Amino acid sequence: MKSLEELKAIKAKMQDKVAMRTSSGDTRIVVGMATCGIAAGARPVLNAFVEGITEAGLGDEVIVTQTGCIGICQYEPVVEVYSKDAEKVTYVKMTAERAKEVIEKHIKGGKVVTEYTIGAAAK
Amino acid sequence: MDELSLYVLDITMNSVRAGATEIEITLLEEGEWLDFSVTDNGCGMKKEQVDKLTNPFFTTRKTRKVGLGIPFLTMLAEMTGGGVTITSKHESEYTDHGTTTAARFGRHHIDFVPIGDMVETVKTLIQGSPEINFTYRHIIDGREVYLSCKELKEVLGEDIPLNEPEILMWIDGNLREQYEEAEK
Repeated sequence: MKSLEELKAIKAKMQDKVAMRTSSGDTRIVVGMATCGIAAGARPVLNAFVEGITEAGLGDEVIVTQTGCIGICQYEPVVEVYSKDAEKVTYVKMTAERAKEVIEKHIKGGKVVTEYTIGAAAK
Repeated sequence: MDELSLYVLDITMNSVRAGATEIEITLLEEGEWLDFSVTDNGCGMKKEQVDKLTNPFFTTRKTRKVGLGIPFLTMLAEMTGGGVTITSKHESEYTDHGTTTAARFGRHHIDFVPIGDMVETVKTLIQGSPEINFTYRHIIDGREVYLSCKELKEVLGEDIPLNEPEILMWIDGNLREQYEEAEK
């Protein structure tokens, strides 16, 4: 059973880690979670980013957050990536699969996945 | 939306955006009904606003002109023989302000949707708002699945936010084990 005892053990392990953290938050991944986003499948997309960033060991540099309706509901699930010293990138019609690809190529590799951006979708 | 857990996520987001610090989510499955409610201590709404909620062309949002959260919920509830009740106290008129959204669904009705992954919904809410004290209760024919963010914070202390990946994983495991027990 995932007991409170186990939670205490996690706490003990994490206290040092949290204290030492120099969270730069250089990159922010923002997932739209209003009715339009949720109905279009934003929940698994958010989950894929949260898990993918943790697995990649990027938890200190990359923050995954949620926002409301961005106003382009027909393109949901919408994900915005804000990076230091770079223009905002808006990914549209995202899926969990595409999220993994964006982490691999864009977040880790520094190369925007152009085919999933709003610029490509609007053409 | 094809699972109830997505409706729950969507409706609870209203409470998050209303600035609530305490949000109680309850699902009660008993007999032929599933009763779902979300109670928050957010800013609340005035009566005129509550009256307009089932109208899709009413929204306080500025980015789009249509509000579909409550109309979606009402449609599903009414299709399955149930309904939606919203009671609210606006902060300008009450000190104990907040909103309760309650919906009843015919749980065996042919038009009802599967409950889906409630654990994902709870995790998504905590991931987005670790500071909010969510209390989650799902009672299935008398057997309860329960999570209280406040109780977790009492164990973890001030310094560790609930949306740390390790904590979210613990929450995931804990809830899934409880569901296994409850659904036996």
